[in-house]
Amino acid sequence: MENPYLPYPVRIDDIEIATEDKSLKTFKFVFLNKGDEEKFSYQAGQFAELSIPGIGEIPIGIASSPVEKGFVKFTVFRTGVVTSYLHNMKVGDIMGIRGPLGNWYPWDKLENKNVVIIGGGFAFTTLRSSIIYMLDPANRSKFKNIDVVYGARSPGMLLYREELFEWEKRDDINMHITVDGTDDPDWKYHTGFVPQIVEQNAPKADEDTYAIICGPPIMIKFTQPSLTQLGYKEHQIIMSLENRMKCGIGMCGRCNIGKELVCKDGPVFTLEQINQTPKEY
Amino acid sequence: MKFITIDKKDWAKGIENSRETYRLFGPVKDKNGFLIKSLEDDILPDMDYHDSVMSAKSVLFPQTEKMLKTTLDESQEDHHIMKRVETDTSLRAVVGIRPYDAKAIEIVNLNFDTEDYRDPYWCDAYKATTFIGLGINKPGPFDFSTSTGSGPFSEEGLDVLLADLDDKYLAKVLTDKGDTFMATCRFEKVADEKESLALFDILRKEAENNIVSKIDTDKLKEKTILDLHEAPFWDDIAFSCINCGTCTFVCPTCWCFDIQDETKRQSSFRIRNWDTCMSPMFTIHATGHNPRDTKTQRVRQRFMHKLKYFLDKYDQGIMCVGCGRCVKSCPVNIDIREVCNMMNSYEKQE
Repeated sequence: MENPYLPYPVRIDDIEIATEDKSLKTFKFVFLNKGDEEKFSYQAGQFAELSIPGIGEIPIGIASSPVEKGFVKFTVFRTGVVTSYLHNMKVGDIMGIRGPLGNWYPWDKLENKNVVIIGGGFAFTTLRSSIIYMLDPANRSKFKNIDVVYGARSPGMLLYREELFEWEKRDDINMHITVDGTDDPDWKYHTGFVPQIVEQNAPKADEDTYAIICGPPIMIKFTQPSLTQLGYKEHQIIMSLENRMKCGIGMCGRCNIGKELVCKDGPVFTLEQINQTPKEY
Repeated sequence: MKFITIDKKDWAKGIENSRETYRLFGPVKDKNGFLIKSLEDDILPDMDYHDSVMSAKSVLFPQTEKMLKTTLDESQEDHHIMKRVETDTSLRAVVGIRPYDAKAIEIVNLNFDTEDYRDPYWCDAYKATTFIGLGINKPGPFDFSTSTGSGPFSEEGLDVLLADLDDKYLAKVLTDKGDTFMATCRFEKVADEKESLALFDILRKEAENNIVSKIDTDKLKEKTILDLHEAPFWDDIAFSCINCGTCTFVCPTCWCFDIQDETKRQSSFRIRNWDTCMSPMFTIHATGHNPRDTKTQRVRQRFMHKLKYFLDKYDQGIMCVGCGRCVKSCPVNIDIREVCNMMNSYEKQE
């Protein structure tokens, strides 16, 4: 019997400071055992438990994309016991990864659709995974227009800046990058909060358009009315939730919203589904 | 159906015989009352017990259980690589388990043995265990098991059901596992099937008639989760709750757990412990945000999980076997029977 609590051993291959305040770092892991990478086959939108022996585990969205091979990447905000410990670890250290866990963005349903991706702050990790996946030459033709609204407090707090500016130059993806504010006179992108940028720049909804939102609760709360105004129906708004988790496999009982377990039945839900459950997230 | 008669004077010898093959667990009295414990050599299950403070849940799902281990000593080749701890998966038997507690094991099994994932610690223990039940001739005042799909002579989850007939036990052998256990005990005196069935029927009816405590669950299914969740009575129910968690601790169907790492010198273990939804720590995020911040939210979670979420998710009844332990143990007299009836009869005011 496979033991779902047993992490795959990995080595930290690279650590990159992701934001100017150093509160986020991107960790690149390689699997110690050859076969494990294949077993860890995942879809954009899933998460995993980063497992540090002697310290504990944390559930983190997978930031690398299924089309990127040879490694997995996670961008981690330093906030609790495990993430603080992880931020002090070094390249070459051995730890574990358990997963992939949870469901993913509904890629089958999104085929031949327009996709609008909306992210805020450091909740852009699985969205990065998704964008890389959709832009892959083997996949790009499966989707119609792709729009991305991504905002952070300041330019230095945007994740994956180099990639963002690369995507900005492409003509097969419409980037709407924004910051809450900046004193950089050369800033050539938007200034303003995500809900406002969504209202001004996101395409109006038709039957073939879906929005994926990932961000802090306050951003999600204020973005919903903007999307409703643009004509998005509840089933066209796809969200990824977070809750405290331990097991990640639907057994330990704490991450539920109603009868749904965020770790196993989620983390991806449509607004239609979420509106049927108590808002305990 | 096979029935076996066991003279009580042969009981101790038979139980001793079973130790050749099984590790035994059963009711034992200590200063806190009756508990289901490992029966060390020479200790027999106390079959005269009435209610045990705790159920047999811990035989399969210990309050604290080591799951994984590793060494942090970097001079070792496999340092920081976690491995499953060795667990004792040898055969074990719980002798004298109450029928409602056996049903509770079946309920918990739904959580740990799923299509997507199997919890190996639970599944291995479950597979290794034989359940020898003892029917309840005189149910106590807190017992409402007949309203939960169980009952004093319910057979669900049992391998053998014993009826206490004063000078002897009549054993109804329900599974192959049960048959093997009886053979190991060398309990071999076969009883007449028709007579035995009739006798069990009489005992069952008599015991069921003694149960005066009942709950209604028939309308829970038709209500929506949101209507019940937003019902106006939760503040009143939770008002006296002190969030002590006793209800979840004594409950035979509560399965929630926490996972923690513990390190001693260079040896590190990943351990799971029973947890409780009554604690604010259960759901608090690292950011400090807590989706179930107030005690009303937590009390509601417990009852909604048992009486609605579980029912909707599995369609196998409620997550309560009517043992009455939480009612009996609650220091402020919160009563699941009252809450269940409130939920069942609730009509949303438009």
